[in-house]
Amino acid sequence: MSAADASKGDAPRTPEAEGLAEQLREGYRLIGRSPVKVDGPAKVTGATRFADDLSLPRMLHAKLLRSHVAHARLVRIDTSAAEALPGVVAVLTGEALPTSFGILPVSQDEHALCRDKVRFVGDPVAAVAAVDEETAFEALSHIRVEYEPLDPVFEPAEAIKNEIEPIHDYGDDGNVHKRVSMEFGNVAAALDESDLLLDHEFFYEGNTHLPMEQHATLAWQEPDGRITIWSSTQTPHYLHRATSKVLGLSPSRVRIIACPNGGGFGGKSDPFNHEIVVAELARRTNRPVKICLTREEVFYCHRGRHPVHMRATMGFRKDGRITGLHFRTLLDGGAYGSYGVASTYYTGALQTVTYEIPAYRFDGVRTFTNKPPCGPKRGHGTPQPRFALEIQMDRAAEALGIDPADLRLMQLQPAHGITANWLRIGSMGLGPCIEKVVEGSGWREKRGKLPRGRGIGLACSSYICGAGLPIYWNAMPHSGVTLKLDRGGGVAVFCGETDIGQGSDTVLATCVAEILGVDLTDIRVTAADTDLTPVDLGSYSSRVTLMVGNAAIQAAERAREIVARTAGKTLGVPGNRLRFAEGRVFDVQDPDRGITFSEAVSQAEAEHGTIATAGSYTPPPTPGRYRGAGVGPSPAYSYSAAVVEVDVDEETGVVTVDKVWIAHDIGQSINEMLVIGQVEGSVYMGLGEALMEEMTYRPNRFGVHKIPSLLDYKSPTTKEMPEVVTYLVTDPDPNGPFGAKEVGQGPLLPMMPAIANAVYDAVGVRVDMTPITPERVLKALEREDRRCAPKPLPDLRIEDTVRIKTLAEGGDGTSPRTGRPTKESTAP
Amino acid sequence: MMRLPPFRWHAPKDLAEVVRILAGEGPAARVVAGGTDLFPNMKRRHQKASTLVGLAGVEGFSGVTSTPEGDVVIGAGTTLRALERDAAAARLAPALVEAVATISTPVLRNMGTIGGNVCLDTRCNYYNQTWEWRRAIDFCMKCDGTTCWVAPSSPRCWAVNSSDGVPALIALGARARLVGPDDEREVPVGDLFRDDGIEYLAKRPDEVLASLIVPAQGDAVSTYRKVRRRGAFDFPVAGVAVRLRRDGDRVAEVAIVVNGVGSSPIRCTAAEELLVGEVPDADRIAAAAAAAWKPARPLDNTDHEHSWRKRMVRVETKRALEALTA
Amino acid sequence: MTVASEDGARPTADDPRRKAHVILRVNGEDHEVAFLPHKTLLEVLREDMGLTGTKHGCELGECGTCTVLVDGEPQLSCLLLGLQSVGRDIETVEGMAGADGLHPLQQAFAELGAAQCGYCTPGFLLTAEALLRNDPQPSRERIVEELSGNLCRCTGYLKIYEAVEQAAAARTAPGAGR
Ligand SMILES: Cc1cc2nc3c(=O)[nH]c(=O)nc-3n(C[C@H](O)[C@H](O)[C@H](O)COP(=O)(O)OP(=O)(O)OC[C@H]3O[C@@H](n4cnc5c(N)ncnc54)[C@H](O)[C@@H]3O)c2cc1C
Ligand code: SF4
Ligand code: FES
Ligand code: FES
Repeated sequence: MSAADASKGDAPRTPEAEGLAEQLREGYRLIGRSPVKVDGPAKVTGATRFADDLSLPRMLHAKLLRSHVAHARLVRIDTSAAEALPGVVAVLTGEALPTSFGILPVSQDEHALCRDKVRFVGDPVAAVAAVDEETAFEALSHIRVEYEPLDPVFEPAEAIKNEIEPIHDYGDDGNVHKRVSMEFGNVAAALDESDLLLDHEFFYEGNTHLPMEQHATLAWQEPDGRITIWSSTQTPHYLHRATSKVLGLSPSRVRIIACPNGGGFGGKSDPFNHEIVVAELARRTNRPVKICLTREEVFYCHRGRHPVHMRATMGFRKDGRITGLHFRTLLDGGAYGSYGVASTYYTGALQTVTYEIPAYRFDGVRTFTNKPPCGPKRGHGTPQPRFALEIQMDRAAEALGIDPADLRLMQLQPAHGITANWLRIGSMGLGPCIEKVVEGSGWREKRGKLPRGRGIGLACSSYICGAGLPIYWNAMPHSGVTLKLDRGGGVAVFCGETDIGQGSDTVLATCVAEILGVDLTDIRVTAADTDLTPVDLGSYSSRVTLMVGNAAIQAAERAREIVARTAGKTLGVPGNRLRFAEGRVFDVQDPDRGITFSEAVSQAEAEHGTIATAGSYTPPPTPGRYRGAGVGPSPAYSYSAAVVEVDVDEETGVVTVDKVWIAHDIGQSINEMLVIGQVEGSVYMGLGEALMEEMTYRPNRFGVHKIPSLLDYKSPTTKEMPEVVTYLVTDPDPNGPFGAKEVGQGPLLPMMPAIANAVYDAVGVRVDMTPITPERVLKALEREDRRCAPKPLPDLRIEDTVRIKTLAEGGDGTSPRTGRPTKESTAP
Repeated sequence: MMRLPPFRWHAPKDLAEVVRILAGEGPAARVVAGGTDLFPNMKRRHQKASTLVGLAGVEGFSGVTSTPEGDVVIGAGTTLRALERDAAAARLAPALVEAVATISTPVLRNMGTIGGNVCLDTRCNYYNQTWEWRRAIDFCMKCDGTTCWVAPSSPRCWAVNSSDGVPALIALGARARLVGPDDEREVPVGDLFRDDGIEYLAKRPDEVLASLIVPAQGDAVSTYRKVRRRGAFDFPVAGVAVRLRRDGDRVAEVAIVVNGVGSSPIRCTAAEELLVGEVPDADRIAAAAAAAWKPARPLDNTDHEHSWRKRMVRVETKRALEALTA
Repeated sequence: MTVASEDGARPTADDPRRKAHVILRVNGEDHEVAFLPHKTLLEVLREDMGLTGTKHGCELGECGTCTVLVDGEPQLSCLLLGLQSVGRDIETVEGMAGADGLHPLQQAFAELGAAQCGYCTPGFLLTAEALLRNDPQPSRERIVEELSGNLCRCTGYLKIYEAVEQAAAARTAPGAGR
């Protein structure tokens, strides 16, 4: 943070800090360039050790027996035959691990192995550790489980009726896990005054992360009884907490090492039952135990995109200005809580950050169903509402005779403003994003003018750069970094962050290297090890670059300060004239007057002793203090705009995306190659969600997952990937490290609505559902209303709406009911 | 890791030996060529074998040759890739080469063989699943169970013949040479299939498919059109092969074969009859496409909605005919 | 011990529960290995030879992650038996970099960000290597086609195409090492 301050030119504290501020003003050496990732060579040589690549002497292999019924009471489990099988070393059932866990403090509803009930096909009930995987697999078929079936429920519209035995014994009522309703300003009045009222329903299908790496975990009990776990997890810190809790061990006796993830996308962000199970098995057998899930089991872990049924009632004035929005969502949560409460809020939180919406109401309900649990997938809870909102913008533009790009440009949420729902916006580059894609794509020449069957569509979006509040209530930093400078000039960086492919190791190293003026190859990153590295909350909510980056800057600044003070003395140069660059420390006015970085470190070490520093980051307080204000605030918001050109075959309904122009407001790239990589990867994933990916189940056969395989769950191949033109908009955000904002999730969001809008431009039909399949396009083409829409949303049974005055109404960010901040909403 | 169950392994050098082992061991023995169908099925435990006989090393089992008359003889062990790259095959049997080039992915085609493609197990998304998954649905008629969940009152299995090569071979009038322990015979490829998801092949288990013979096509033209979600990996949810010979501006001969919409490939004779002797103008083609659409009976056991698949048979038949008559 | 037929290159195994003792030629070196007859090459490489550079995403032929080169052609190691690999030339990602550093494809993948999480990377590298050996200057269309059997969830493939093109250019540039 302070480097960012320094680069803004705020009054630095010391001459050395002033020297750094000037150094950064003179231009970056690494920031914004594209050197090879620090882990690049390991990844291209196969040297990177993913969790399943690890093995230890005498290692056992574990397998989980999973429920083959959707909803049942567990009556009895007989494991004796399995235990008797030669090669089987241990068999575990839920009895052994009675403590519940879960990612959110309010949803501690999971057990490592089911105890009283099973809640979906795939819920684990027993585990085996054996000398090899084949024996463990065989042992599963010797375990006898007696179930007492209960009625299952697979659809939220059914679940909300509360006609079956509730899946859980907690939640808002019956199978309603969470019900939220809040209103900012007077929405009914605003909608009444509208010249144009749009009221449509949408359905966004569930889909899953599908990382190429299947989850794997290795656990080992050290001779002194400590447990070490290597796992493909994005959140070693939360796994640390959950494992300690369930195993009943002090966290000091549990060590989590997150291996590099072979893709995560949010799918490895929960603490998982298999991770805790192998830890317990390692403890019981006193041998290392590994598990690697099959692809089918990865589908059962899920935690992917919630299927969301939506209704967007939106008013506009004749001139195009939005008057108000009433947004309703019904989420299909699956069998467990996971991040679901946060996901529910997220389906309502970020509608307000792109365009000015003076009055806003959000009603959201999450239900439990007997399917694999949904959770956070890239964009967490926001692609669904964004899909609806951006299609409504397109509809409004047409109805009002305004170009969709202009409709958006005329009412952008102002930078550094506060939204109706009390989110504080920082830098806001959506305007330039729209202009870039409009110009690059030839939007103005093409829209409405392409031959029939070809179309062009535009959509925009925004995403958080880390959540303003931690997942569990605490006042500690969200990110910590420690640095150790070696006499030889090497810099060891320790941080709890986890590289899941997004390049966070490189971001961390780059921030440090920029400030210390050394090369990336001089930096050794040790990450994601709860014994060695300070806590970072994890690789989720696009928080890593901003929070880890800021913590790294602080640690590096402190180290630089120490080295600079000594170097200034020995060189006889005032601190503000010192520069750190090219592995040297020198006088900016006389560059020959200098010493190598390693000499400077040695001298400083002689003077001060071992040089180790720490940095940390805590997000700024948030203006919203009403109940529910915890979801949505962020230190900064990224913005994206996309234009896509499609081809629609009216005989088959097949939609082909030919080209994508996408602009992203990154604040400032730390490594431009990584930024573009995230944009292209997001386009890819958005393409899959828009056109083909879906989690589907067979209600006729006990709710089994219909297609739990890489062949049948459709991930786009090289053949589907369109050409992508990426534009980066640079507009440093005061809260970002060097001004940087996120890019991992935001650029996915505009893809789905942009494609839907392009389909409309091509053939004049609205497909208000994802995926936009050929079947749906044909259906819409044949219907009189030229639309493919979901069934009507059931009554959400909202009884109590929290009303919060907006800033314009003279509100102060609290809800009048309590008049004071609740614990949940108090910002640290 | 999905793993294979244990089995005995033989890798003989000649076909006679293969057939001898099969006859000796009975149905517990199976041949494997590229293994791209059998191995996944065995890993999911819905095809079983205690002895496997590898065909890859059998001498003279792979390769493409053509006769001066224009017949193409394709060893059953020829990989899809080799066939796809064979210039003579591309010239003499275009629909087949087009079809083969759409199978799954380049790397899979390096392994999969044309013989395996002809003998490919029928598919169904209630069946191509792991043992644990199938247990959750209480198994099904094709393996370990009794009911067909696609059509629960049906006495038969409706698993889908999903080979891309087969419709092309049938449309081209290809013959299959089968080698058994006591005899050798040649049958039209179309006669190899039965309209049953379980007993889908009309050949004895101890017979090995040795080669395929595509007769000279003269001035007939042919093509194959495949319907699938993605441009790679995916099996056909419908496929249409058409071979057509014209006499002046009229159709002299035509063969239309549809696959992926039933347990066996479907020869669309009604559609063919509408075309023979006629000028293939837009109306004729539309009528023929409509007739081809009729016998297609897709059910809900593959990717895509079955009504859409049926509809695509019509669209793709039309497009194939248009392409060949353009 | 079970083993090899007369010519050694075509082992048979009469006892499904006994390990076959064979020689596999991997990355130009002969290795003596013993494994059960039903083990796939993927399992043998990773579990019996410690060559964990070859990854897996499905083990059913549905993703291409496990691709290795067998006699110079990409093959799915999850659908090929260890026994079927005897007498053939197997190349894995571990064999790509030499004493003189990264292979041009590896270099290009690292430089252009074609490996994000890196999990699909070994499969892509070997598929691309086979492509470049057959077609040193492939068109973009050819690259898209030949790589269509490898799934990547991170990159959207575009950087991978660019890396293959850069490596192709480096390889054919005058004075190129390999
Ligand atoms: C992900 C994936 C996608 C696929 N996509 C397609 C697709 O799009 N289109 C398509 O058509 N296929 C597809 N396949 C199926 C299959 O890979 C191909 O059909 C391939 O050609 C099968 O050949 P093979 O040699 O590998 O068969 P194998 O697996 O070796 O054998 C298949 C069956 O045929 C029997 N058999 C093999 N050879 C003979 C012989 N000579 N005589 C008697 N019986 C024999 C075997 O016993 C076995 O039952 C796909 C497979 C996978 C895994
Ligand atoms: S069609 Fe019916 S019997 Fe055949 S595999 Fe499918 S579900 Fe089973
Ligand atoms: S592991 Fe997926 S194809 Fe082999
Ligand atoms: S780089 Fe992660 S799957 Fe390709």
